[in-house]
Amino acid sequence: MAIEISTPLTDEVVARLKAGDNVRISGILYTARDAAHKRLVALLAEGKELPFDIRGQIIYYVGPTPARPGRPIGSAGPTTSYRMDSYAPILMEHGLKGMIGKGSRSQDVREAMVRCKAVYFAAIGGAGALLAKCVKASELVAYEDLGPEAIRKLTVEGFPAVVVNDIYGNDLYEEGVRKYRVS
Amino acid sequence: MGCNGLREIHVSDVTAAVKKLCVSANCNVPRETIGALERAVETEESPVGKEVLRQILENHRIAREEGVPACQDTGVAMVFLEVGQDVHFVGGDLYAAINEGVRQGYTEGYLRKSLVNDPLFKRVNTGDNTPAMIYVDIVPGTHVKITVAPKGGGAENMSGVAMLAPAAGVEGVKKFVVERVQKAGSNPCPPVVVGVGIGGTFDRVALLAKKALLRPVGSRNPDPVYAKLEEELLTEINKLGIGPQGFGGRTTALAVNIEYAPCHIASMPVAVNLNCHVGPHETIVL
Repeated sequence: MAIEISTPLTDEVVARLKAGDNVRISGILYTARDAAHKRLVALLAEGKELPFDIRGQIIYYVGPTPARPGRPIGSAGPTTSYRMDSYAPILMEHGLKGMIGKGSRSQDVREAMVRCKAVYFAAIGGAGALLAKCVKASELVAYEDLGPEAIRKLTVEGFPAVVVNDIYGNDLYEEGVRKYRVS
Repeated sequence: MGCNGLREIHVSDVTAAVKKLCVSANCNVPRETIGALERAVETEESPVGKEVLRQILENHRIAREEGVPACQDTGVAMVFLEVGQDVHFVGGDLYAAINEGVRQGYTEGYLRKSLVNDPLFKRVNTGDNTPAMIYVDIVPGTHVKITVAPKGGGAENMSGVAMLAPAAGVEGVKKFVVERVQKAGSNPCPPVVVGVGIGGTFDRVALLAKKALLRPVGSRNPDPVYAKLEEELLTEINKLGIGPQGFGGRTTALAVNIEYAPCHIASMPVAVNLNCHVGPHETIVL
């Protein structure tokens, strides 16, 4: 059974989530990947405001394909998360509560999740056509010049994801592999 | 036919073929891959893994039926040409015609433009997914075979080359390949297809690994010793426990495809190039 959650995420909701839980997310997701992260972190370093209020929010690591006419978005699956590892801790320190991507995170990111009470979800990589069905609206927020890497505000309904890292230091990838590994 | 028995092919026909292949390859996962995923749903022991495989199959069905890219990373356009030596291209520059096909396919087909002009300093998106990565082989005949294989960044980033000593032998090759897949873990969107190149030179071995990915899932190298190595590697990799999407399970790879070439007496290059469970490629013969 999937756990229904909605954004913005609160400390209470985050505390309930455990590695391995299936969730369905409804509400707002902000898209950002490599180039947008670089700009966000540069703004914070200069003490400037971010283009959106990051507190309680979820960032989805995605660069969608262009929308066909009449559709909110094209194909929209997760990109590999480790490329955002050097930027993620400072965003969590500024209030980011969730990240959606695929693939494992660095020790620094995992420690920041415990410290800042944030969670990391995986969506199915390469399932962009299926995941796009959950996106009901898409709005440009910043950095249009980055093309597919621009920051967008997505309105989603029942977006399926799995909790990989919870605030208690658990990691689904490590546990899953340990269970099925034949030595 | 033109003079001297040469077959004339207008480069605009190449543009049209490349355009069609870019769109079609991104929306239509190869049927051999679908077949392997369907078998994996039956054999996968992890309940989570089974569900992931079901959702992947559902995704690939939606992509095919609705003409939507299966993955949002519609990749760099790898274009492989097999050109008969009795073909004469007319009407313009062949490479420009290929890039025009990529430009039209990615723009009109609503595909993502994922190339930057400069790898290190500027990193500005070129806006039309050009330039393509183009490889041409000249062969006897009057045909032109065009294969487009869009290659996503996530799986490509997990590639590796090793210049092993010949003494490393079969065990050395196995160790390198299995370790690459293990290190890649959940990043390349498992279940993956593993392309392996053995032999040639530093540059050639990487191309062999990439070309191995063009072979259908389930095909075997015609040389029985390499076919056996493909099977042994697949078994070893599926013992890693990574499973669908890295959540744990038995289906880490759908196939291992090996291509090999002669090499220097002092060398034994090995390359690994991974495809995700989409692994698109399509071919047209002109």
